[in-house]
Amino acid sequence: MRLKFSGVVAGALGLAVALAGCGSTSNVSSTTAAAPSGAANVSFGSANQKLCSSSVNTTPNYKNTIGTVSGGASAISGAGSTFAAPMYSDWASAYDKASGVAVAYASIGSGGGVAAIQAETLNFGDSDSGMTPADISAAKGGPILQIPLLLGAVVPTYNLPGIPAGLKFTGNVLGEIFAGKITNWDDPALKALNPGVKLPNMPIAVAHRSDGSGTTNIFTNYLTQTSPTWVSKLGGPSKSTGLTVAWPVGIGGKGNEGVSAVVGQTKGALGYLESDYAISEHLTYGQVENKSGNFIEPCIPSIIPAVDGVTFPPSLNTFLTNGSNANVYPIVGTTYALVYEHQTSRAIAAGLVNFFSWVLSTGQNSNASLYYAPLGSSLQALALAQLKKITVNGQPVAS
Amino acid sequence: MASPAAVSDLPTDHLRGRVGYADRLFKATMFAAAGIVLLVLLCTAAFLIDQGWPALRHYGFFSFLTSSRWAPSDATPKGTHPNPYGILQFAYGTAVTSLIGMVIALPVAVAVALFITEVAPAWMRRPLSYAVDLLAAIPSVVYGFWGIFALLPALHPIVNFLISTLGRIPGVGAVFAGPFFGVSYFAAGLVLAIMVLPIVTAIFREVFATTPIDEKEAARALGLTRWEMLRTALLPRSRSGIVGAGILGLGRAFGETIAVTMVIGNSVLAITTSIFGQGATMSSVIANEFTEAVEPFHLQSLFVVAFWLLVITFVVNVAGRLVVRRTRAGLA
Repeated sequence: MRLKFSGVVAGALGLAVALAGCGSTSNVSSTTAAAPSGAANVSFGSANQKLCSSSVNTTPNYKNTIGTVSGGASAISGAGSTFAAPMYSDWASAYDKASGVAVAYASIGSGGGVAAIQAETLNFGDSDSGMTPADISAAKGGPILQIPLLLGAVVPTYNLPGIPAGLKFTGNVLGEIFAGKITNWDDPALKALNPGVKLPNMPIAVAHRSDGSGTTNIFTNYLTQTSPTWVSKLGGPSKSTGLTVAWPVGIGGKGNEGVSAVVGQTKGALGYLESDYAISEHLTYGQVENKSGNFIEPCIPSIIPAVDGVTFPPSLNTFLTNGSNANVYPIVGTTYALVYEHQTSRAIAAGLVNFFSWVLSTGQNSNASLYYAPLGSSLQALALAQLKKITVNGQPVAS
Repeated sequence: MASPAAVSDLPTDHLRGRVGYADRLFKATMFAAAGIVLLVLLCTAAFLIDQGWPALRHYGFFSFLTSSRWAPSDATPKGTHPNPYGILQFAYGTAVTSLIGMVIALPVAVAVALFITEVAPAWMRRPLSYAVDLLAAIPSVVYGFWGIFALLPALHPIVNFLISTLGRIPGVGAVFAGPFFGVSYFAAGLVLAIMVLPIVTAIFREVFATTPIDEKEAARALGLTRWEMLRTALLPRSRSGIVGAGILGLGRAFGETIAVTMVIGNSVLAITTSIFGQGATMSSVIANEFTEAVEPFHLQSLFVVAFWLLVITFVVNVAGRLVVRRTRAGLA
């Protein structure tokens, strides 16, 4: 009897492996087969559907108040954030065509970007969370300027057969799910937020990043602001927000593609992704309640107002989550270029000023093509002002 | 032209002189090659200790092995106790996934190798060997990819069946408990089984081929069936070879990173008892975290993980050699 049973199991396993070997492509397409968000607005009767379908000006044509500085290097190099890497490669190729200057960007992660600029191994770094004062004091070359370059959202994405995009979440409900307090999709809290949606009796498979990530930093910062359960479960606000946190529950996926694969392959999964990734892959994602109590779908028109009413510190390094605008999507972040304020080479300094002033003006027009949003004119002006602080031998490079 | 030296200038002397020179060169080269291997091993260990030293000094050499909670966000520049970088769960994950992989791969590999060397018709042997070897040529990231999109969905019905049967057994049931979300120790073990299959099969083939043909023929002449011949003449002779191949396969499974990272679920906070739950291995946590290791002692602690992985791999290899030697001695 025992032998027979183990034989059956072994046979079944062999069959599974064999079947998987011939795995049909339908498995692959199930990741991307989710309903596009446009159709979902109708069924959820979202108040902001006009907002996301409105034709917002995604080519703002910001003015470059610095202009081109002469004597710039013909090549500059940087490294850092993987989140911003697609945008950098788009900017670099357009900038090369426009100016003949080559910009090399290595996508090594924000931590690597910070380490590279601290050690002066590259001309600039890039980090989604910027640098803390302690990070900056550990840099070899003195004070570092942090220049925001784009806006992007982090969205809750899920895999529930038969349930379209647009499911409504509040920060506290998301916090309780990620803290392991809400564990099933038919929880009363989720039902109350989504009347009329037939939520299944199915365990929630929480999916999060297994690598350190600026996306995690933005998402957990929003949870920390909106969910007391999340904060207390993680042991205080300093531990409940960061590039990595001690996830109480869930499945870790490496990178956006890892989380997206887990969500796509696991029925009942809920994870978070960069909006550019979720939108371009047509994944199913929800609406999130903002500070004004409105449920907002992430899209470029609802991301741009994230900078409204934000008081930026002199370093410009601050969170853009939970914005005060009534129509803003609440989980928004940026990425920061990191450059030394006091440069040693005039050619490199001019090259950096020229490239980043171009990114902050002409370059912003192409942000929307990769599903990022342009900075907004107020933050754009502040970012340009950072560039003007760059000096060589005490002399400002940009006039 | 004649000189005293010309006396010894015989053709054979000349030849002997040249051979001696070449011999010395050959010997020196071989010594250097062997020396470099040892040097690389020692330098790697020294490098890992050097890089991990700040964390080792801060938390204590063995404190990493006393906890199974890896929570970099708990780390502070000052705090030393408890060590937020516990690595027991990674050692456990590495051991469990490798074990699942070997338990599945070894019998299959023995069967495949026996089939190729003893049973298959002659025209089939070469193509079949090539096909098995080709499994080794598939990059590991592709196995991970295949694991996520093909293996995981196919596993659901079988694992759910196992959870509802084995999972109910009192005591060991916890090892087979649900819920099953796909990514798990078990899925990682299965992928590892397929990845170690070619290397193990190749060695088995070589081992089985070394059985003297006259012993096999003698067995058949005594009237033994093919199965009895394999059992009495071939398998006992190959015991040390089988153990050795298993150790090599285990080494491969220990170090495998990307494919495992993609299907194991990367849960780093504690040891998950169920093989259908999520976990992490020593190499997967390094692959996951080194790019953004920004917390205090975070990167240094990843080096400590790498160091202990090296130590464990070394210990297993040495233990394997001892087992091989003992089985060989028992045979003689």
